[in-house]
Amino acid sequence: MTQIELRGIEKFFGAVQVIHNLNLAIADNEFIVLLGQSGCGKTTTLRAIAGLETVDKGDILIDGKAVQHLKAADRDIAMVFQSFSLYPHMTVFENIAFPLRATRLSSGEVDKSVREIARVLRIADLLDKKPSALSGGDMQRVAIGRALVRRPKAMLMDEPIGALDAKLREEMRAEIKRLHVKQGSTTIYVTHDQIEAMSLADRIVIMHEGFIQQVGTPDEVYSHPANLFVAQFVGSPVMNIAEASVADEAGAATVTVGGTPKGFEFPRELLAKLNGHAANGGLTVGIRPEGVLVRRDAAPGYMPVEAHIIEPLGSFDIVDLQVGSKMLRARTKAGYVSGPGEKVHARIDPEQAHFFDTASGKSLGVRL
Amino acid sequence: MAAVRTSSEVALNRIAIVAVLVATLVFLAPIYWIASTAFKPKELAVSVPPTVLFEPEVTPFVRLFTKRVQMQKTVDPQVYEAAPWWEKRIYDGGERVLKVGKDVQLSQYPDRFMNSLIVAVISTVLAVGMGTFTAYGFSRFKIAGEADLLFFILSTRMLPPVVVAIPMFLMYRAVGLNDSHIGLIILYVAFNLSFSVWLMKGFMDEIPKEYEEAALVDGYTRMQAFFKIVLPEAATGIAATAVFCFITAWNEYAFALIMTNRRAQTAPPFIPSQIGSGLPDWTTIAAGTFLFLLPVAIFTFLLRNHLLRGVTFGAIRK
Repeated sequence: MTQIELRGIEKFFGAVQVIHNLNLAIADNEFIVLLGQSGCGKTTTLRAIAGLETVDKGDILIDGKAVQHLKAADRDIAMVFQSFSLYPHMTVFENIAFPLRATRLSSGEVDKSVREIARVLRIADLLDKKPSALSGGDMQRVAIGRALVRRPKAMLMDEPIGALDAKLREEMRAEIKRLHVKQGSTTIYVTHDQIEAMSLADRIVIMHEGFIQQVGTPDEVYSHPANLFVAQFVGSPVMNIAEASVADEAGAATVTVGGTPKGFEFPRELLAKLNGHAANGGLTVGIRPEGVLVRRDAAPGYMPVEAHIIEPLGSFDIVDLQVGSKMLRARTKAGYVSGPGEKVHARIDPEQAHFFDTASGKSLGVRL
Repeated sequence: MAAVRTSSEVALNRIAIVAVLVATLVFLAPIYWIASTAFKPKELAVSVPPTVLFEPEVTPFVRLFTKRVQMQKTVDPQVYEAAPWWEKRIYDGGERVLKVGKDVQLSQYPDRFMNSLIVAVISTVLAVGMGTFTAYGFSRFKIAGEADLLFFILSTRMLPPVVVAIPMFLMYRAVGLNDSHIGLIILYVAFNLSFSVWLMKGFMDEIPKEYEEAALVDGYTRMQAFFKIVLPEAATGIAATAVFCFITAWNEYAFALIMTNRRAQTAPPFIPSQIGSGLPDWTTIAAGTFLFLLPVAIFTFLLRNHLLRGVTFGAIRK
């Protein structure tokens, strides 16, 4: 049972504030992912929880106890580093046993614990090897084993699979998930990879320039991004963003982007919903590529557009469509649009449209 | 895996091999000369042209370790017959070994050699130990004026040591440190420390911080992390630094000559003082020099694996 709570954390590096009034409560057994670009403060936050970095203001509570003044060794937390940090002069066994040697465990118990965790991680046959003889994936398993072996209160992971190649990363991602489900421990995981975040997290914390942008389940941050930053950071391919104007035309609402003579048709209820949420700084519409619907022949509600660059991605294509002065990216079946210059018809799926205040970037919370 | 090489690269490679061979011969020539002279009969030592093939003998070493005087008349044949083999060699040279009662009087060489060992070993241990801690501090912590301090440490090496020899001598005499082991050790530690700090800082900087951070999170104090993780990782650097410090202390001549004359005198100023009056005895001097070369050679040989870099590196992914 481990809950972690961050209250009003502030951190400066010299004159630069890298964490701004950060508040976060992490439940027992929860898998939290801190997601953001490099320099957003996510790793600093993690290191502050571990005790490798001091905080200038605020409290870090582990099970209700303030620990911000405790040394790393006294917080009973384990950490996996991006570089794995396996001690090169020790065997795999000694590496995993190292945290236990700091306790008063008998050598028989140490041996038992190490072999048990090695079995779970499927590295039992590597125990006598030196880290330099291991593959990247095995190094990472050893690093996780070293973190898990003394059953810490919580597990911190700093881009643990960022140094692996793509295929191995996918494998290890699944393995980390499997371990978490099996072993169950409060985990805080730092990454810049939104796919890792989506696939692993119970809740994602999206950070940008030292501020938390949004905290939510993967589905929440994907379906209801709180602002333009989250909207564009989560999801691949990236969401289309365009300044838009809304008009009331003959019983239907129209949303115009790129200054086209006619707008995309939306249900009339949009007008009422938008009126309730004044976009003082102008209106921006966000639409993921799968929300841009494409047809070869004309149909009611569809607008004639011209295709530009086509990126074939195997199971689907990403097609750039010229809509007025804007380029909207649409996701189509593979080969559906034959080539650049082809005339097709497109519309925006109203149910997949997001509306933001242009100036503040905040979501208006309007969904159809 | 052999990389593809062009014929010009092969030719260049051969030239490089020849150049290395020539350089090796040039560097080894004086060592060969000392070693061969140490085993030569006295009269062949300065023969012109130089003798290359001769029957080696250990008489120079016997002379090196004993006190002798020139004999006025030839030795009594009965005494000669009763003498052990090494004493006969001395009689053969027209000298006799000095004795107190039945005990052979040893020369000063073993004492001087011992002094060299004491001073070099202790000063090396101190210089490398202090240098390692200092370098760790500079490498891992934010220190106000770090660059200035490091430069200041290095600046102690900017004067040639001989320049400060006279003032040092006067100071040492005033506090009674001249001709003492401790005095010489302090001097050598002071001299080697700047070098040790700089060299070790380079090695410390290369040890990733994450190692200690992992140990800190795993329940160890910083001191424990230093001894359990940093020191083993720094073994290569410590060995290299120790070899350099040992060689410097072992070979140091100027300060040893000025600061010591009897009790604490080391081998470097002692060996040439044995040239003495009359004809210099080159074979005995060569024997003393030859033995003097051995500790450094042995020390370096023992640490050779650590001097090869990259043995323990490569377990961190960047």
